[in-house]
Amino acid sequence: MDSQAIATIPEQEHAGHEHPEFVRHHFANAAQQRETANFGMWLFLLTEIMFFSGLFAAYLIYRNWYYPAFVAGSHQLKIWAGTLNTVVLICSSFTMAMGVYSAEMRKRKALLRWMALTLILGMGFLCIKAYEWHDEWEHHHVPGLNFSTSTFTHVDPRYPADKPLAPDMAEKTQTYFSLYFTMTGLHAFHMIVGICVLLFLMYKAWGGAYTNGHMNTVENFGLYWHFVDIVWIFLFPLLYLISRHQ
Amino acid sequence: MSEPTHHTHTVVPPRVYAAVFGTLLCFTALTVFASYLELGTFNAVVALAIAVIKAVLVILFFMHIRYSSKLTKLTISAGFFTLIVLLLMTMTDYISRAWGMW
Repeated sequence: MDSQAIATIPEQEHAGHEHPEFVRHHFANAAQQRETANFGMWLFLLTEIMFFSGLFAAYLIYRNWYYPAFVAGSHQLKIWAGTLNTVVLICSSFTMAMGVYSAEMRKRKALLRWMALTLILGMGFLCIKAYEWHDEWEHHHVPGLNFSTSTFTHVDPRYPADKPLAPDMAEKTQTYFSLYFTMTGLHAFHMIVGICVLLFLMYKAWGGAYTNGHMNTVENFGLYWHFVDIVWIFLFPLLYLISRHQ
Repeated sequence: MSEPTHHTHTVVPPRVYAAVFGTLLCFTALTVFASYLELGTFNAVVALAIAVIKAVLVILFFMHIRYSSKLTKLTISAGFFTLIVLLLMTMTDYISRAWGMW
């Protein structure tokens, strides 16, 4: 509590000014506290956007320079897995938004149910991603581990119209996969952090911490979760949908 | 010191969330479908345009920016301006002197 310097007698701590227990003294009222917390969270999210954008800028340059290699690399990804993951994350954003609504409406059980759904969907996303990564590893597409360009110097039976790449361009598929693993890896790391925080928040929510009017934490976690969804909304077309019409 | 500006907080009804959710799924289907069409360079343009629309929907409705204070709206706009600067200035640098690569 931050009023220990002022009050020495506990019963008289809040004599003279009434406010909900959770409103800190440097805020004028609960609404201002909530807006400030939101503002701070957005500032953090903007730094996160810049963080990911560095990778997107690198992707932009290399895709322009080595386009055939990027096409060939992208064709190795499973479009059903990417689409399913996109759907899973969009569902999890919806369930998270509904969770925040439940917190606002002070419905503890509903909040927990929506948070549990979000958690399951988030873990589902990571499972599909793990399956995809394992698949890439089996096909020798992991740069630095077991990368081989043999897939790209021969005709791929799934894409017979694709000409095999010349050796120097085939080497550039390693650039594509480096970006693929770094970007989806960084995104997956954000998902893992989100899931860990969500578990902790579920524990607090179970105790009624977010259904007494003080739902800032859940609201701001929701902002983080939607942000991670937005990153994937951009990753999906850029990594999976390059020139699928061939 | 004057009173802080009061921003009345609106509670977004679930049906708005449901409508946005449905729209996001439609756009996902659209972007996958569009990737199979032969549009040349415009494939990338269409894919990114759809991604931007989806992101805007998430930001406006799921993240409540449609109902937020001017301060929050301005802050996010400033963030996106910085993002554009990052991408655009990097691009102009490479395009203008990419050692023959571009």
